Amino acid sequence: MKRLSISVLAAALIFFAGYAALFVAPDESTMHAIQRVFYVHVALWSAMYTALTIALIANVAWLATRQMKWDWLGVSAVEVGVVSCTGGLATGVLWGKPAWGIWWTWDARLTTAFILWLLYIAYLLLRGLLEDPERRATLSAVFGIFASLDAPLVYVSNRLWRTQHPAPVMFGGDNSYLDPTMAKVLVVCIFAILPVMIFVLVDRYRLERMRHEAEELRLAMEDRTEEANRVVTRSTA
Amino acid sequence: MGTGRAAAILLAKELRLEFRTRELLTGTVIFVLVVIVLFSFAFDPTSADSRRYGPGLLWIAFLFAGSLMLHPSFAREQTNQTLDALRMTPVSPFAILLGKMLANFIFLAIAEAVLVPVFAVLYNVPLGGVAGRLALVLALGTLGLVITGTVFSAVSAHARMRELLLPLLLLPILAPLLIAAVEATAALFAEQPALDPTWLTFLGGFDIVFLTASWLLCDFLLEE
Repeated sequence: MKRLSISVLAAALIFFAGYAALFVAPDESTMHAIQRVFYVHVALWSAMYTALTIALIANVAWLATRQMKWDWLGVSAVEVGVVSCTGGLATGVLWGKPAWGIWWTWDARLTTAFILWLLYIAYLLLRGLLEDPERRATLSAVFGIFASLDAPLVYVSNRLWRTQHPAPVMFGGDNSYLDPTMAKVLVVCIFAILPVMIFVLVDRYRLERMRHEAEELRLAMEDRTEEANRVVTRSTA
Repeated sequence: MGTGRAAAILLAKELRLEFRTRELLTGTVIFVLVVIVLFSFAFDPTSADSRRYGPGLLWIAFLFAGSLMLHPSFAREQTNQTLDALRMTPVSPFAILLGKMLANFIFLAIAEAVLVPVFAVLYNVPLGGVAGRLALVLALGTLGLVITGTVFSAVSAHARMRELLLPLLLLPILAPLLIAAVEATAALFAEQPALDPTWLTFLGGFDIVFLTASWLLCDFLLEE
């Protein structure tokens, strides 16, 4: 019942945000309708950064406490983060072509986003290739921490590089001025996507927990079967 | 036993092991040589173009060679479970890691010392005047490469498909290192060569950040 009411609430928020983005927000002067993807785009990025912050906290917490729940939280957060990142990159590319005439540019923010995407996909691949649950949790947590350390370095290095070699000015200087109504719609969209993100995160966490329990039960059953076989052979021998 | 002394002993072990067969070193040198030759087909290696693209190509060659060469670092320890033996000795985990990092640094440094002159000759880039400064840039960049590479070699040693996994984990992490190293090298390849302090500081910072991170997390890397 609680789950249903939360999902209904999240869906309602999304509909409200979508309505706001399409109809309430004023039309942008140069790009007109296509600019409205900005609300989805920024919302997805905020979801990604939130998810990856949660992932970093979970990674550190696992290494500090050795409680399995942090590992489950970590993988759930990274998966949500990767999906948000993919969405952010896709909406960015789709917006870039009509708005600036280019699909992509290698400035600090985009490059960092791409590298983050690659790093967290590598995290998920690493997890897939490690079998022992404890070792998988530890090694992926270590990699996750390294990945989080790397992200600001990528941003800084790219910034330094691009100021030395000024890139062609494609961006009209975003964040220079944002109309108040647009700003409000943006905030609504960000607050609408966060419940959805958390909902998916919690579901994924529960799935991971159930997998873990199923695995424990399976191992316990194997032990019992082995035990039973030993008893049978002893009694028949 | 102190970390420094333990690391030195382990370094000596690694070097002795490698210099018996020299297979890793030879393989790395040949691989980088092949990559350098293949790059010559990517653009016309006139002197001007070589100065422009050379640093990037050189560093990509070293990154690829490094990510292949760093893999046996911990994978070797799996065959006879020698890592368990190492763990049972009274040395700190960081000493084990440090010994391997230093050994890998020496191997890569030897490969680079052989190949940078070869590159200079094949691509007509005069590097005589900047040899010392170039050595500094190469050292800082290689240090970052081996620090992160050795850590990820430990991470991927337990996984399946480790040969593919190591470059997959390592190369995205090294993106800022690549930018910094290429820019610093490009400054030395230019008509008026100069040491760029921004990028050198960045390289140094990168090395320190990841060395500290590996020191803090080394227990988890080497645990059972």
